[in-house]
Order: sequence, then C-alpha cells, then structure tokens
Amino acid sequence: MKNGSSVEVRLPSELGFEKIAMSTAAGMAALMGFSEDRIEDLKTAVAEACINAIEHGNRFDDRLDVGVVLSSNDDELEIKVIDDGGGLHSTPSAPNIDRKISGEEEPRGMGMFLIQSLVDEAEWHNGPPGKSFVRLVIRLDKENS
Amino acid sequence: MQSATKVARRDATAASGDSVAILTLSGDIASTSKDTMLQAYHGVGAVKKVLLDFSGVDYINSSGIAIIIQMLIEERAAGHRTIGIFGLTPHFKKVFTMVGVSKYATISADEASALAEM
Repeated sequence: MKNGSSVEVRLPSELGFEKIAMSTAAGMAALMGFSEDRIEDLKTAVAEACINAIEHGNRFDDRLDVGVVLSSNDDELEIKVIDDGGGLHSTPSAPNIDRKISGEEEPRGMGMFLIQSLVDEAEWHNGPPGKSFVRLVIRLDKENS
Repeated sequence: MQSATKVARRDATAASGDSVAILTLSGDIASTSKDTMLQAYHGVGAVKKVLLDFSGVDYINSSGIAIIIQMLIEERAAGHRTIGIFGLTPHFKKVFTMVGVSKYATISADEASALAEM
C-alpha cells in the first residue's frame, strides 16, 4: 500500500454502523502489516469512537453522518472520527469498577477509557458542527515494544 | 444493523457439586442487548451460580460490558449468586480485565475450566 493512502467512510448516525468502520480500519491495518491483536485493539477503539459520535455527537440524528477518515503515514495509521457535535468539554475520569459495583458510578462510561488504553494516541478536538473529531493513531513499532 | 442478541439456557453441575445455569450468548452484545440479557439473567431462578458463555459472540462494546456490570451490581446487592464468564476471545478477556470485570467475576478459558473453578 502506498504511503499516504487515505480512505474515507461516511456512516449513518445509527448504532451498528460502527461495524463498517471497524472492518474498514481492520482491512487497512492488515494491509499495513499490523498484527491480529493490534487490529483487535484498533477495532474496539474505532467502534467506541464511532458509538460516541453517533450517540453524543450526532445524537442519533438521521440527517447527520459520522465521517471516518483513515490515513497511512510511514509506520502509523491515523483514524479521524468526525461528528456534528460540539466536541468534548471535559474528559471523564477512568472507570472505577468498585464505584460502579457499589452504585456510586454509572455502569456505562468506559468508551473513552478503552479508546485511550487501546491505541498509541487518542486526542479529542472541539470544533463547530461537522468539525469536532477524535484522532486515533496506532504505530507499527508498537509491535516490538 | 446490529445482530440481535440471543440467550440460551442450559444447566450443568460445578466441580463443587452446585447447580450452575449456563447462559449461552450469541449475536452482538451492545446497548440493545440489555433487556434480553437481563431477562435471561433474572429468569435463572434460585440457582446460585451462573456462567455466561461468550464463545459464540464476535462483537462486544462498552455498553455491552456495562450490562455484565449491571448483573454484577445486582449479584453484589443480593449477595447470593456467583457469576463466571468463559469463551471470551483473548482480546475481550484483556478488555474485561482492563475495565475491572475480572475483579468481580472469574474469567475462564472454557466451560470445563469454568465449572472446575466454581
């Protein structure tokens, strides 16, 4: 695959379509030579980013799409997941299972933690409608670390 | 777009001699699975040990994991039931461990080891 190759997918704001982004990301990562376990990490991170965009960014609005842009650069794969929401105004704290079990914390709310834990870089950018995005990066050199 | 969650129940006996309800899951495990999974879990009756079999599941997201946590919350509040998990792929075993589920539910490789550990 040529360095600098890019693929763009547009998803309806409906749960389940994140699987299209997952399989696209998995295909691109496989072409770049990522291992199976890294591809599984990436699939989960991409799924969670798309679910956040569908639920919280676009609020299930069927007039809005979620954009997913995948770009290969040297030894890294970058994925931007773009929605029409206002972006993230605060980063939730890491989930605490003890607090969840005791009822002090909602059972949900683990998506961002998983994203941050499963890829090499994850950053959230706020912007006007259609410009807020999360940027994920996985690197091939992680294979040997 | 999501594959409907299905839950099939069967019964087994743990190495300890206790009865175990095995709930075999299939389809996607996501927010849409909540009613199906919790109904199946609430329907196990007086059985004190429940195993969740994920060997037929390809897709789990964080909302799906939250349903497992909901079961663990109920089990903890009632204080009368043990939940075990088996059949996860290595990736989802790692994810379940990362979010802390393994602190409250034993995660085993397969049914035989899960029954041996209960």
